[in-house]
Amino acid sequence: MSVQQIAISKTSNRALRYVYLITVFFLTLSGFGQMPIFKRYYIADIPGFGWLAQFFVTHYIHYLGAILILVLATYMISDYLILQKKRIRLTATGYVRGTILAGILVSGLLLVIRNLAGSRFTPEFIIFLDIAHLGMVMTFLIVAGYCLVRKRRWVTQR
Amino acid sequence: MGQEISRRTFLRGGIAAAAGLAAGSIPGASAAAAPQEKKQLATLLDISKCVGCEACVEACNEVNAHKYSNPQKPFPKMYPQRVPVADWSEKQDVTDRLTPYNWLSIQHAFVNLNGEEQEITIPRRCMHCVNPPCVKLCPWGAARQLENGISRIDSEICLGGSKCKKVCPWDIPQRQTGTGLYLDILPSFAGNGVMYKCDRCYDQIAKGQLPACIEACPEDVQTIGPRDEIIQKAHALAKELNGYIYGEKENGGTNTIYVSPVPFEELNKAIEKGKGKPHLKPVKDTMAQANNLTTAMVLAPVAGIAAAVGKFVKLTKNSQ
Repeated sequence: MSVQQIAISKTSNRALRYVYLITVFFLTLSGFGQMPIFKRYYIADIPGFGWLAQFFVTHYIHYLGAILILVLATYMISDYLILQKKRIRLTATGYVRGTILAGILVSGLLLVIRNLAGSRFTPEFIIFLDIAHLGMVMTFLIVAGYCLVRKRRWVTQR
Repeated sequence: MGQEISRRTFLRGGIAAAAGLAAGSIPGASAAAAPQEKKQLATLLDISKCVGCEACVEACNEVNAHKYSNPQKPFPKMYPQRVPVADWSEKQDVTDRLTPYNWLSIQHAFVNLNGEEQEITIPRRCMHCVNPPCVKLCPWGAARQLENGISRIDSEICLGGSKCKKVCPWDIPQRQTGTGLYLDILPSFAGNGVMYKCDRCYDQIAKGQLPACIEACPEDVQTIGPRDEIIQKAHALAKELNGYIYGEKENGGTNTIYVSPVPFEELNKAIEKGKGKPHLKPVKDTMAQANNLTTAMVLAPVAGIAAAVGKFVKLTKNSQ
């Protein structure tokens, strides 16, 4: 890789990082907005946050965020396998975050299927999915917070 | 006649149910057609027959009384204080609107029919949508849809957040504070009771019996059966009456189909609407907007892989 290509790659990685962070922020916000808490606790009263109390809006935004995170995740995985595998490797916290994120994505996709007319999941499985999805998000936020404070990166040079 | 057929086939379905179907599964409309056990059952309400006697309301209250709550008082203090307390336990005899203790009510409309002022009465309860937002958007899975199309709220799990009511186009579910699971978790800070609504007598149906409102009606206003058959009947009846249909397309389709000799637009103007008194307006499919994004979600990984391959190709070309 030339010096110019590395510079371009660094810029695009920084842009991707911001897109990822913004996507995760809105996914988290709209995800918690699936519970009737933002109105109760006045957060939806803050100017600009009224949409958090509108369930169909948070639901739609959550779907848009899910599409973006799927694009980002598959891009990063493909990029790693095609171009970066020899240069970088996942760190231990990268593996932990990746695994939890994969769990969130899979449970989220199953909930999307649940929302289609005619889906046939048992009520018990739906309760499991709801709790697992929320539980994994909470775990991911804690782990991500730890990594932010301790400056743990997703990947490192080989 | 249609009602008699419906009752007879329903009881036959009940024999099949007794022979081994688990509670909550589908007795079906006909024992001879086993695949129908997995079909959604719908009800047809011929409004032209309804005389507003409230026999259905009384039967509903009688049969479902054991499902009603007996809330603990005083209620836990709510934080923040603006959280509303909904208490119907002292007003259990109210029948002119939907409440946690009254899941079916009769609406009255004075309209002009064939040049004469007439009173039309309309039994109102949960529409049991084909893709119910109350079920799909419940954050805990407390609201569930049975395979026979019944939407019901599990009072053992519901925390009373009222999201189901907010996403219901007709605001059907009603809250009773001071009861349910929230009392065992953080009663002052999360939850607020249990949401109640018509469960179309799912337990009766599981035993091969008719829902109470259908069984009790002296005028045979309601018929129950597989949705496709009910839709056919509704169209035939509408043609016969030169009437109008409500519930077939509303919210993407429901399992409660009304047929009226008067346009529903007129009925909607004439009925009293408000809390516990649902409207009769056209309703767009509330779940469709987000569900339309499902295709994009399926294509998202393809876009991600294509972007990475594109980057690889570009870098390879540049390095040559």
